[in-house]
Amino acid sequence: MTLTDTTPTDTTPTDTTPTSTTPTDTVAPAKARATSPHLRTLESEAIHILREVAGQFDRPVILFSAGKDSVLVLHLARKAFHPAPLPFSLLHVDTGHNFPEVLAYRDRVVAEGGLRLQVAHVQDWIDDGRLTERPDGTRNPLQTVPLVDTIAAERFDAVIGGARRDEERSRAKERIFSLRDSFGGWDPRRQRPELWGLYNGRHAPGEHVRVFPLSNWTELDVWNYIEAENIALPEIYYSHQREVFLRNGMWLTPGDWGGPTGREVIVRRTVRYRTVGDMSCTGAVESSATDVRAVIEEIIATRITERGATRADDQLGEAAMEDRKREGYF
Amino acid sequence: MSTAQSIDVHELAAELTTSRRLLRFATAGSVDDGKSTLVGRLLHDSKSVLSDTLDAVQRTSRARGLDTPDLSLLVDGLRAEREQGITIDVAYRYFATPARTFILADTPGHVQYTRNTVTGASTADLVVILTDARTGVVNQTRRHAAVAALLGVPHLLLAVNKIDLVDYDRRVFEAIAAEFSAYAAELGIPEVTAIPISALHGDNVVTRSGRIEWYTGPSVLEHLENVDLADQSTTGAVRFPVQYVIRPRSDELPDYRGYAGRVTAGTVRPGDEVVVLPSGGRSVVAGIDTADGPRDLARAGESVTLLLADDLDLSRGDLISGVADAPGPVTEFGATITLLADRPLRRGARALLRYGTSTTRVMVTSIEGLLDIDSLSYVPAPEALALNDIAKVTLRTADPLPVEDYRAGGAVGSLLIIEPSDGTTLAAGMVGDRRAALHPHPISKEATA
Repeated sequence: MTLTDTTPTDTTPTDTTPTSTTPTDTVAPAKARATSPHLRTLESEAIHILREVAGQFDRPVILFSAGKDSVLVLHLARKAFHPAPLPFSLLHVDTGHNFPEVLAYRDRVVAEGGLRLQVAHVQDWIDDGRLTERPDGTRNPLQTVPLVDTIAAERFDAVIGGARRDEERSRAKERIFSLRDSFGGWDPRRQRPELWGLYNGRHAPGEHVRVFPLSNWTELDVWNYIEAENIALPEIYYSHQREVFLRNGMWLTPGDWGGPTGREVIVRRTVRYRTVGDMSCTGAVESSATDVRAVIEEIIATRITERGATRADDQLGEAAMEDRKREGYF
Repeated sequence: MSTAQSIDVHELAAELTTSRRLLRFATAGSVDDGKSTLVGRLLHDSKSVLSDTLDAVQRTSRARGLDTPDLSLLVDGLRAEREQGITIDVAYRYFATPARTFILADTPGHVQYTRNTVTGASTADLVVILTDARTGVVNQTRRHAAVAALLGVPHLLLAVNKIDLVDYDRRVFEAIAAEFSAYAAELGIPEVTAIPISALHGDNVVTRSGRIEWYTGPSVLEHLENVDLADQSTTGAVRFPVQYVIRPRSDELPDYRGYAGRVTAGTVRPGDEVVVLPSGGRSVVAGIDTADGPRDLARAGESVTLLLADDLDLSRGDLISGVADAPGPVTEFGATITLLADRPLRRGARALLRYGTSTTRVMVTSIEGLLDIDSLSYVPAPEALALNDIAKVTLRTADPLPVEDYRAGGAVGSLLIIEPSDGTTLAAGMVGDRRAALHPHPISKEATA
C-alpha cells in the first residue's frame, strides 16, 4: 500500500476540530497520554460506555483475569470515575491453572488500588461434583459454569469484559450491551440494534447484560494505547527465558496441570505470551520482544490473530468460540 | 527474519502507529451485488487479514473446488444465523492504513434492510452503496440512499460493481452515476462519489485499475482515506447529558461533585454560562476535569467531568446546555421513528422513552403518516406500525424533556422507544420531521466525475 501523506486535519492533536489554532491540549498532561486522535476517540467511547454501566445498573462487575484486555478495561474504568473510587467490583474465574506471575500481578493491582476482588475457583466446582475434569486436563471450557453460578449468586446485573470484535469472526456481530438469559446464554434473536450512543441496559429479573467497552478496539489499538498510557502488564507478555515443551504445535509451560507427559521434552526457549489464560491451553510464542514497541512490531510482522495462534480450545472448530459464547462463556 | 524484512516492519509499525483519525462507514447493497466480496477485498488488499484467517479461507475455497480464494468467506455469517435462517443486523470490521483507521458497519442487504441500514448508518460518516453495473440503480439502491439521507449521513459512495461484466463500458457507468447523483441531489445529500469497480478482480477497490483507463478518480480506499471529516458538531453551544455524578466523599475531596458525561455537541470552557435542563437552573462551568488533569476546553465527542460553580443537585438524565440556544423542555413533540422489533406499535401505545441519558414514560399519541421510502412521501398510517416501517408520530412524555431537532450522527435529537416489560428496543427515532428536513440542491457537475 502506498503511504499517503496525512491531511492537515488528520494531524491535529484532537479528533474533532477542523482548525488547529485553539490551544485545547496545551494544558500539560500529568502523564503520558494517548496521542493519536483515533485512540482518544476510542478512549472517550469506552469511558462513555463504562459510565453508562454505572448509571444504568445496580450491581456491575468487571471480569478481571489480569490479561491485557481486562487490565485495559480496569485502567479505563478508573479514568472514567476519577477522582472517586471505582464503582465496580472485580471477578476472576480462576481455573487453578493460571500462571503464578499473572496471579501475583492481579493481587498486586487489587491491593495497590484498594479494589474489591472476588475469585471463583473452578477447583471448588470440581471438588463438590458440579463439574468434571476433562480428559485432556484443559480447564478453559470449565469456566462457564462457575462464572454463571457466581453471576446468579451475587445477582450481578452488568458483567463487563474486555472482548473485542476483531478477535474472532463470531465476535463481529456482538453488541456492546449484550443481553444474556438467566443461564448466561446468548440468543441472537433477542439482541438489540445499537444506534447512536444510546445503550439500552434494561433486562428482566434474572437476566444480565455483558458489556464490552473495547468492542471497537483492535489488537494494535490496545498495544498502542498501553504504550501511550504506560500501563504495566504481567511480565509474561514480554520476552523471557522459560522452560517449555511442545504439544499440538504450541509451547506450553510444565506444571501440575498435566504436562509434560510421555515423549514430550522440556527445553529452554526465549518466549513471550500473547494471552494469559489457562496454562494447559495457552501457548507461548518464540519472541525477543522485551518492550511494548517491540511487541507492536512483532504483531505487525506476524499478522496472526492472538486466539488462532495461542489458544488450543479455539482450534477445536471454526464455530468453537460461537458455541462457547452461546453457553455463556463470554 | 532477514534484515530487509526487519526494516519493512519498523517502517510499517511506524506508519501504523502514527497519529490518525477514525472514519466510521457503513456498506449497503442488495443481494448478489457483491458486497461480501467488496468488503473481503478491502480487508484483504489493505493487508488487514491475518494469516491464519486467510489460511482458513484458502482451505475452505479449495474444498469447494475454487482455484482462487473466495474473499467473501472473510465476512461469512454466524452458524446460528444459518441454522435459524436469520440475519443479525450489523457486523463490524476493522482495518487501518497509515492515513486512517476504519470501523466498517457491514449491513446485510436482504431481509429487514431498513432496520439494518438504519442501525449500521446511524453513526456513519459515509455510506458505501453497492449496485450491479448490469442492473444499475434499482429500488433498493434508492432506498439505501434515502435512509442515509434521513439519518443525515454527509457522504455517499456509489460503488458500481461488476464493471468487468459490462466490458468496462464508460457509458454504462456514467449513466448509472448520473441517475444516482440526481436522486441524491433530490435527497439533499451534500456529497456523492461514484466509482466503477470489480470487487472480484480488485479493480479500483484498493488500487486504481489499469483496465479502466477512462476513470481518473480515486479507488474506494483512496476515497475513504481522503474524504473530508470536517465536523460541524464542535461548533456552537455545548450539549452535555449527565451520565453519572462523581462524588468521592473522601477526606481529601469531601465536597467534590463532578458531572460525568460526553460532550454531544459544541464546545465548553471554564467560565461558560450554562443552564441545567429540564429544571432551568443556571450556573457557570467552574472546571473541566479528567483523569489526565484539568482541561481548558472540551469538544463534541470527548468524555470529561464538568464542575459547576453552584450547588444545583444535578443527577443522571439532566442536560447541561449552553445558554445561547438552550432547548425548552416539552412533554409533547413530533418524531420520525423506525420500527426495529417484530412487534406492532399502535396509536396509544405506552412504553419507555430514552433521550440522551434520561428515561421517562411515553405514549404514542398519534401516527401521522407512514413514509413510503420509494416515493419519499407520507401515506396514510396503518392501524399499527410494523418492523421496518418509518413513520411520523407524535409522542407525549410523563416528564418534560429538553428535546431538539435531530442532528447528523445522532448525538443530539435521537431517541429509543423501549418495551418496559423486557427491555426490547421497539423503535429508534429522530426528533422532528426528517422527511421535511431533506433539502434538495442542484446537481453538481463534479459529483459524477
